[in-house]
Amino acid sequence: MSSTTGDLAPGHEHDHHASYLTATKGVASWLFTLDHKRIGVMYLVAILTFFLIGGLAALGVRAELFTPEPDLFTGSQYNRWFTVHGAVMVFLVLVPSIPASLGNFFLPLMLGQKDVAFPRLNLLSFHIYILGALFLIYTLISGGVETGWTFYTPYSSTTDSSVISALMGAFTLGFSSILTGINFIVTIHKMRAPGMTWRKMPLFLWGTYATSLIQVLATPVIAVTLFLLMFERTFHIGIFDPALGGDPVLFQHFFWFYSHPVVYVMILPAFGVISETVSIHSRKHIFGYMAIAASSVAIAFIGFLVWGHHMFVSGQSELSGTIFSLITFGVAVPTAIKVFSWVGTMYGGAIRLNSVMLYTLAFLFIFTIGGLTGLFLAVLAVDVHMHDTYFVVAHFHYVMMGGTLMGFIAGIHHWWPKMTGKMYNEKLAKFGCLVVFTGFNLTFFTQFVMGARGMPRRYHEYLPEFQLWHQLSTIGAFTLAAGLFITLGYLLLSLKNGEKASKNPWGAKSLEWETESPPIEHNFVGQVVCDHGPYDFDEIDYSRG
Amino acid sequence: MLSHNENEAEAAGGHEHPAWQAHHFYSGAQQKASVKLGMWAFLVQEVLFFSGLFMAYFAFRYLYPDTWLAAHELLDWRLGGLNTVVLLFSSLTMALAVRACQLDDMKAVVRYLWITIGCAGIFMVVKYFEYSHKFHAGTLPGKWYTFDGIEGGAPEVFFAVYFMMTGVHGLHVVIGIGIMLWMIFGPIRKGKISKDYYPLVENVGLYWHLVDLIWIFLFPLLYLVR
Ligand SMILES: [Cu+2]
Repeated sequence: MSSTTGDLAPGHEHDHHASYLTATKGVASWLFTLDHKRIGVMYLVAILTFFLIGGLAALGVRAELFTPEPDLFTGSQYNRWFTVHGAVMVFLVLVPSIPASLGNFFLPLMLGQKDVAFPRLNLLSFHIYILGALFLIYTLISGGVETGWTFYTPYSSTTDSSVISALMGAFTLGFSSILTGINFIVTIHKMRAPGMTWRKMPLFLWGTYATSLIQVLATPVIAVTLFLLMFERTFHIGIFDPALGGDPVLFQHFFWFYSHPVVYVMILPAFGVISETVSIHSRKHIFGYMAIAASSVAIAFIGFLVWGHHMFVSGQSELSGTIFSLITFGVAVPTAIKVFSWVGTMYGGAIRLNSVMLYTLAFLFIFTIGGLTGLFLAVLAVDVHMHDTYFVVAHFHYVMMGGTLMGFIAGIHHWWPKMTGKMYNEKLAKFGCLVVFTGFNLTFFTQFVMGARGMPRRYHEYLPEFQLWHQLSTIGAFTLAAGLFITLGYLLLSLKNGEKASKNPWGAKSLEWETESPPIEHNFVGQVVCDHGPYDFDEIDYSRG
Repeated sequence: MLSHNENEAEAAGGHEHPAWQAHHFYSGAQQKASVKLGMWAFLVQEVLFFSGLFMAYFAFRYLYPDTWLAAHELLDWRLGGLNTVVLLFSSLTMALAVRACQLDDMKAVVRYLWITIGCAGIFMVVKYFEYSHKFHAGTLPGKWYTFDGIEGGAPEVFFAVYFMMTGVHGLHVVIGIGIMLWMIFGPIRKGKISKDYYPLVENVGLYWHLVDLIWIFLFPLLYLVR
């Protein structure tokens, strides 16, 4: 059990034992707060809002695809819809999702600290995020972009739509991401509670740490790429434009040097969440702690060496294609170690089959499919056939939506009592999870099938033989949306009339559960000392075998 | 950066930790170490930002080796060399400013910062003459290129790379000047920097050394192609 020693100096006492939600009042006390918890909550609200916008765009895309003929949109309009969906989901939702919201809220709490290392920088990164979001919203209002979220040249430097403001948006959001990364790296290195060694850190923090490394190392490269592209488009400087002697494949190299590692920015925090939930809700010590921790860092490292697998058909040399293919297989090793460890954790545990656990299982099921289909695509010959088909679309949705967002939702459910001080309706939560899971698989599994049969991505009309699959997929998408609305509904309802949450409703062992729910403004009374590991449960009777 | 917490620490009265220490740190040493690590992480991302430009340089040099050789003749290595010397000297004065902090000689800190700013100014003036000469001659990027007399394909790409690299570097020099001016008229004048707490000066120093270091790579790559 951890203990708190000493007390804060006099003068620190005035209202600091009030909940962080009520310590100060007024809109400005939120918008300009230095409290990492409030910043985390604001990120959460913003991210979920953009998730709604990106999701509505996806429903538009799916509605158009209900029949083989173009019914709702022209080709150009359709391009804009899927670009909005992709750009919003990647830059405004998936990249910041878990680290900026749950990470901001729980990183200092789990470390037993009062705040992150640089609270002002933290607020600045939120404001920069909002600025970047405004650029993207402006893009949306001024007619949208039809380049896809990848901004491939030379189309992006010549087409006439609001590319510049979209680039400005992505560029600005990059800085928000970098600043959060720097803040977290310093906080984890320099600000752990006395007694908390690296090996006693909750695995969520290992995931966040690996993520932060990628944010700092990869994001500047996309920043300079987008910067060059803005000059390319405005002044036609000819770096990426083949008509002026430039090299469009160079753009692809730059782009994927960031955009492959960034999928680990999206997924590693979700791995972190799952490592928490699977252990705590199995009431059993995590299996292979160091294996999970080290594999996060290994994935972050290998992730920098595989970007060429997005360019197998771009004309890069066969030798580099082969090397990129081999290294890509290498990523599967640390990832499989994780999945194995999670399953090993559940084995012999006292599993609590609540909504958190259901989402965790959904994650394991969906992510494993997503990961394995990634191996198909890493095979050069198969990729030539599958490239730019719905198989690829289904693969990355299984990983990004099924992996990151299932992990995100699991995390929200797991920490909801701590963040809000309220319990949600567990029955509705289980039902919602079931609907989400069914809808998700209906939407995207069908896309594996039609992709393998040759349905290309990014087309608004298609051959009639694909209609059945498209219709199933569209029905799935609306089911998924319904499930997500149910989830949003009971979560919001719980704020109003949810049961009051205790300090530690799950019987967890990490430090964030030792303060009040919701936490007090300065997180803990006095200085926290960590004298046990985050997964040291003692209740299981192992003799049951 | 710390004012909110300072006020609170003062309000607390007779606190054991110094005014510059933010209350979410256990000790001043922890705070100093954190601020420094944060700066190093920031410098890493700066290096990665420039690495994109360097990669573009090497990719195009590999594609158009003859153009690279011919086009670099149009850059004046004497001006580039002068700027190299000026920046190296400014790195020395910046280091002396940090040294003066350790000796608690704030007057000397300000003096050395002004010399550094002066050097940065000279650098930018030389850059201005170099740029205006190129605008005049039409040795410009992409569709703006009008010069006639370089053998080899795509000379405009060399100048695109030249302007982007030196432009982004020059932007960093200008930002450096801004930060140094702010430091002189802000924190130093307000007496917030002393022998006990000067990570700000150290960090600006680190930034300035990095800006210098990048130029050390840019100069031979652009002006001394062989
Ligand atoms: Cu990839």
